[in-house]
Amino acid sequence: MRAMDLARFNFQVMVGHRFRTIMLMIALIIGVAAVNLLTGLGEGARLFVLGEFSFLGKNTLIIMPGKKETTGGMPPITGEAPRDLTLEDMRALTRLSAINRTAPLIAGMAELSYQSRLRESFVVGTTHDFFAIRKLSLLQGRALPPGDPTFADAVCVLGQTLKRELFGPEPALGQWVRAGDRRFRVIGILEGKGVAMGLNFDEAMLIPVASAQMLFNQEGLFRVFAEVRSERELTPTRNAILSIIKERHDGEEDITLITQDALLSSFDEILRTLTLAVGGIAGISLAVAGVLIMNVMLISVSQRTAEIGLLKALGASAATVRRLFLSEALLLAIIGSLIGLLISESLLAAGRLLYNQIPLGSPVWVKVAAVGVAIVTALLFAYLPARKAAALAPVEALTHKQGP
Amino acid sequence: MSVANRSSSSPSQLKSAEPVVALHEINRHFQLGEQTVKALDAVSLELLAGDYVSVMGPSGSGKSTLLNILGLLDRPDAGAYLLNGAPTQDLSEEKRARLRQQNIGFVFQSYHLIPRMSARENIELPLILAGTAPKERARMVSEMLERLGLTARASHLPNQLSGGQRQRVAIGRAIIMKPKLLLADEPTGNLDTQSGADVVTLLEELNTQGITLVVVTHDVELGKRARRQLRMVDGRIQSDLRQSDVSD
Ligand SMILES: Nc1ncnc2c1ncn2[C@@H]1O[C@H](COP(=O)(O)OP(=O)(O)OP(=O)(O)O)[C@@H](O)[C@H]1O
Ligand SMILES: [Mg+2]
Repeated sequence: MRAMDLARFNFQVMVGHRFRTIMLMIALIIGVAAVNLLTGLGEGARLFVLGEFSFLGKNTLIIMPGKKETTGGMPPITGEAPRDLTLEDMRALTRLSAINRTAPLIAGMAELSYQSRLRESFVVGTTHDFFAIRKLSLLQGRALPPGDPTFADAVCVLGQTLKRELFGPEPALGQWVRAGDRRFRVIGILEGKGVAMGLNFDEAMLIPVASAQMLFNQEGLFRVFAEVRSERELTPTRNAILSIIKERHDGEEDITLITQDALLSSFDEILRTLTLAVGGIAGISLAVAGVLIMNVMLISVSQRTAEIGLLKALGASAATVRRLFLSEALLLAIIGSLIGLLISESLLAAGRLLYNQIPLGSPVWVKVAAVGVAIVTALLFAYLPARKAAALAPVEALTHKQGP
Repeated sequence: MSVANRSSSSPSQLKSAEPVVALHEINRHFQLGEQTVKALDAVSLELLAGDYVSVMGPSGSGKSTLLNILGLLDRPDAGAYLLNGAPTQDLSEEKRARLRQQNIGFVFQSYHLIPRMSARENIELPLILAGTAPKERARMVSEMLERLGLTARASHLPNQLSGGQRQRVAIGRAIIMKPKLLLADEPTGNLDTQSGADVVTLLEELNTQGITLVVVTHDVELGKRARRQLRMVDGRIQSDLRQSDVSD
């Protein structure tokens, strides 16, 4: 039997038994759509979270004061460090040739005001290079000025939201914002980055690190970022940094060095596992569809016994009859899983329109696997009914008196 | 597909033809509880190419069982069945399917048409199963429809056809592969007199063109038309009558 004839024959069967076809199709559609949709949601959530936290380049080392003894897990974000991490420490690192640039970070809350408007806000003390490391872009004006980090210039760069809250539609550049007992001239406004988790610069004020040290009356740095020239040099540089700091801190290795990858990989792992688990659970619905296919096909075989007998009387071999039933399942699976993909992709696309920051969507291999599993399941579960049909003795099948 | 077995003999040559079918001591028994039903009991029979045979006898005498054995739809419990001189009883089911496809056509009392397929598609089915090319198929089926006088009904579904038309479609399907042997089990059983007569005319026409025709019937008038008349009782052939001439 030719492939085209096989397809046409099965198409007629499927149209002829509309209810049965639709029922099986729905089971397959739900299965494939569930797998694709749920992994799409999970993957979207994962990418969203990663995107929110991966504000640093791959080659950036994060140095934080204090030693975390146990390996694995999150390093301490708070916790008393025995010795401050200072600007001098940072400056010492710049003599490593593998380090492109460094940037310090001090953060705290301060009450900001402009004219009568008052706002408790996040203030970050850092340097010019931070803008490059953190990939911050400016909407207006310029970044913090380059030069000696110990120079406490009275300038600031405002996050977009903060600017709006303090200035409304009025221009902010050149105006003076008060923070505590100090005043800062606005020299730049950051471009918005949308909703953010972690450090949200939309609502932050950036000032020179030395100014922040004075504002918060604190010498020690919260973080030092060091951008390494290439990923290859990450490990040697890391060791070099450790030994430099150790030397400067009286032989005490009292800092923790992490890469963003290390920070994110645990997040990544958890979210990926969660996504796969959810997708896998959805995959079970495909197995359920398979069982349904088997049962419905078994019923179909007994309903079509006379027809099978007739086909055999007309010379159809057992192999042909088996192929008829298997190809019907195959056709169902292909059409069902394509519709399932279509539906889930449209839902994901609609989701992306609604929440444009979340990159909803499953990886290609999940789509391929969902369709593949649907097809394999359908064939696997149709095999028993197909074999039963093929094994029917022609005479017994024919004496089932049926048909017009 | 194969049309290699197509008979090209003309009717006049058929008198001296060798047997298309030879049954030797065929048994077909059914076990019904304690009781053994001997549906066929040591039946021996030879059919010559171009034969026109009717099989009659009381209900339960084994007529349909005989036809099923002849059509390779059923296997005998004992005995030998030679088709075109070659033994068939030990062949695999796949080989038997192939023999059926190329040598045997069936016509059933209840037509056995596939309800979702049009007249044309029902007739086309054996060609599709045999993998014949679509173009050749179309030509052959159109010819067949023409010959059956069903061209206007080609796209009708079986339930849109009269009984006589349905049976003609079934006959078209049975002979589209140009079999040597045409087996009909009560072909007129469900038809009124006029349609029945039309169907018989068609079958006899096919026989005249060389096909070996076996008709199982309860209709004495129909049975008497055959050149050779078998009468079965209790799984045995009780009488085997040959007429040198058919009286119309
Ligand atoms: N599959 C079967 N299982 C059990 N017994 C069977 C089977 N098929 C046929 N028989 C029995 O074999 C005998 C012959 O049956 P068969 O169908 O050949 O009779 P028949 O001559 O065609 O009768 P009818 O004229 O009523 O069609 C009957 O007694 C029948 O009950
Ligand atoms: Mg019968």
